[in-house]
Amino acid sequence: MGILEVKGVGKRFGGLQALGDVNLSVAESTVHAIIGPNGAGKSTLLNCLVGKLIPDTGSVLFDGKSVLGRKPHEINQMGISRVFQTPEIFADLSVLENVMIPCFAKRDGAFRLHAIESVENEKSLQDKAEEMLADVNMLEKRNMLASALSRGDKRRLEMAMCLVQDPRLLLLDEPTAGMARADTNNTIDLLKEINDKRDITMCIIEHDMHVVFSLAERITVLAQGTPLVEDTPENIKGHPKVREAYLGEAQV
Amino acid sequence: MTDQTTDTGAVRASAPKTKAASGRVLGLGGKDLSLFLLVLGLALFAPFILNPFPEGSALSQFNAGYPDLMQRFVIFGIFAIGFNILFGLTGYLSFGHAAFLGVGSYAGIWMMKLLTTNVIPAIIGSIVVAGLFALIVGFISLRRSGIYFSILTLAFAMMSFALAYSVLTPITGGETGLQLKYFDPRILDAELAPGNPPRANLFGLNMTSSYELELGSWVFTFNAGYYLAAFMMLLAFYLSIRIFRSPFGMMLRAVKSNQNRLNYTGISSKPYTLAAFVISGMYAGLAGGLLVAMDTQVGAERMFWTASGEVVLMTILGGAGTLIGPVLGAGFIKYFENIISKINSTVLHDWFAFLPDGLENVVVAIIYPFVGKGWHLTLGLLFMLVVIFLPGGLVQGGQKLATVFRRDKNAGSVESDAAKKQPGHPGE
Ligand SMILES: Nc1ncnc2c1ncn2[C@@H]1O[C@H](COP(=O)(O)OP(=O)(O)OP(=O)(O)O)[C@@H](O)[C@H]1O
Ligand SMILES: [Mg+2]
Repeated sequence: MGILEVKGVGKRFGGLQALGDVNLSVAESTVHAIIGPNGAGKSTLLNCLVGKLIPDTGSVLFDGKSVLGRKPHEINQMGISRVFQTPEIFADLSVLENVMIPCFAKRDGAFRLHAIESVENEKSLQDKAEEMLADVNMLEKRNMLASALSRGDKRRLEMAMCLVQDPRLLLLDEPTAGMARADTNNTIDLLKEINDKRDITMCIIEHDMHVVFSLAERITVLAQGTPLVEDTPENIKGHPKVREAYLGEAQV
Repeated sequence: MTDQTTDTGAVRASAPKTKAASGRVLGLGGKDLSLFLLVLGLALFAPFILNPFPEGSALSQFNAGYPDLMQRFVIFGIFAIGFNILFGLTGYLSFGHAAFLGVGSYAGIWMMKLLTTNVIPAIIGSIVVAGLFALIVGFISLRRSGIYFSILTLAFAMMSFALAYSVLTPITGGETGLQLKYFDPRILDAELAPGNPPRANLFGLNMTSSYELELGSWVFTFNAGYYLAAFMMLLAFYLSIRIFRSPFGMMLRAVKSNQNRLNYTGISSKPYTLAAFVISGMYAGLAGGLLVAMDTQVGAERMFWTASGEVVLMTILGGAGTLIGPVLGAGFIKYFENIISKINSTVLHDWFAFLPDGLENVVVAIIYPFVGKGWHLTLGLLFMLVVIFLPGGLVQGGQKLATVFRRDKNAGSVESDAAKKQPGHPGE
């Protein structure tokens, strides 16, 4: 039994069956990639996992507990963090503050009325946030406003915000989209290292096959809301159905 | 609405610095401490600062150093400081905060009627009752955000006004409002000598008592009520600095910046916004309590929707999200309301008497609509100018002046950051 078990999940938007009958099992400590053409329903699937959407049918178990019906912040507190397809960061806050907020969430839970203490006295959290920023090569930008960052930096910042929480499951929706080649490679290295060292399970959506094949241990191919195949990268590469549905058009 | 701040590259952002937080006094960092000391100095010496013109001179009507107006400066300063904790930090624009001020006033006067004319229980009662009321209103209104939240708060305030004016007359005095009366119970106080009206006091020190200092042709008035209110304002201001610099304050700014991200980061934004709402309601209650402590009367018009709008104007005019902005805005508006409104056509004719008669009449006719009862017009124009040219309010104006004089680009403070960050539309 995997840490994440998706069973028979379906979701309709009006006349569009965005997800058909999705079954997915992500084993603990692995990197599991979900690939598929545009509009296949990949983001919709993630939305069902983090409480943004509630699927019409099926169940989602994380660590044996159902996540359906829970609020996004409760699901995060269970240990699931998500990087979005378009970076979701606190644009009006400094880079360091962006990373400190998840630290507070991890330490203090969903709410604490710490209205009189000074942020400046939170040395250990600050150090933790700065260490994380150093890991993503952004330490020297810690006092910048997040809105002033480049697109690639915003993505890395969002990743740092998720990683600093030491989640048990990290969901990444196209984490390298919009990044320069060098940054993409850095990101791959970072994610590899994170997966090895911190033992974080990852579920990654990616169009860049270079990223997918460097990281993933299992790959699920999603097309029109239903999983086509699930297999190891080697087998996926040569799979005729996959070539037809996806790889052929993506020009690997 | 992202990518608004285009100060190339190294924009220095607020709060956490890496250096050790050494040399903190009262838990305030260097810049915050200077700001607090500045406000402390202004409040202490207000009777001098606001009375720069000698008694009887032509300009003496611009003097604002009389107790009634000075009290209003600091009391509405408190109101605006509290409002700014909600609006400036979270971006939730309440259009009903006068309701909390009014409820605070009613609670305060009842404490003085039933218990004692000592203002301390009245002030505490005001804060507590307004806080409880804010808890209810906030709990319901915060189910929505944006314009719907604003409308809900407005609806609550209008209902409160209507109730106070009609159904609740036994508690609120309806149209006539409430005043202290000789035959109030005052169970904690000794019997008053017959013919002595009850007076608000602080352990016997009468709130209306003043000491007048005459220096040449200047007269400076030091009023007990003013100093009590000023003390409360300093306390409120100090607390607001602490809140701005706290993890709680950071969460509130995160709510304004990206509530979605906050929720996916494991923070439940609702209790944070509700806490901010209640705190700002308690500030409003404190302001309401101080108002009755000064003039021992309440009327429902204190809760009218225009009063709610006024605190919005104060905060935006001064600079929403900045520490000192709301205080400046409150001072500005109250000054206009009380000073500019007193200039009538006789005064204008006096001023321009040196001009030839025909020209004098023309000049007076041009200026007249903007003063006296027309002070709203002047204020409206001023407000438009500020919002268009200084979206960060007067604080941003001050910052601009400061950079012109100093040309010191590195001197970014939290105030300037907050001021710069104000987008064109404050309610976004
Ligand atoms: N909230 C929504 N309301 C209506 N339709 C939606 C909604 N969200 C997604 N869809 C539709 O569902 C389908 C699947 O969308 P989804 O975003 O999951 O695709 P995707 O696999 O992530 O694609 P991409 O690779 O472009 O990100 C699309 O046709 C999309 O238009
Ligand atoms: Mg997608």
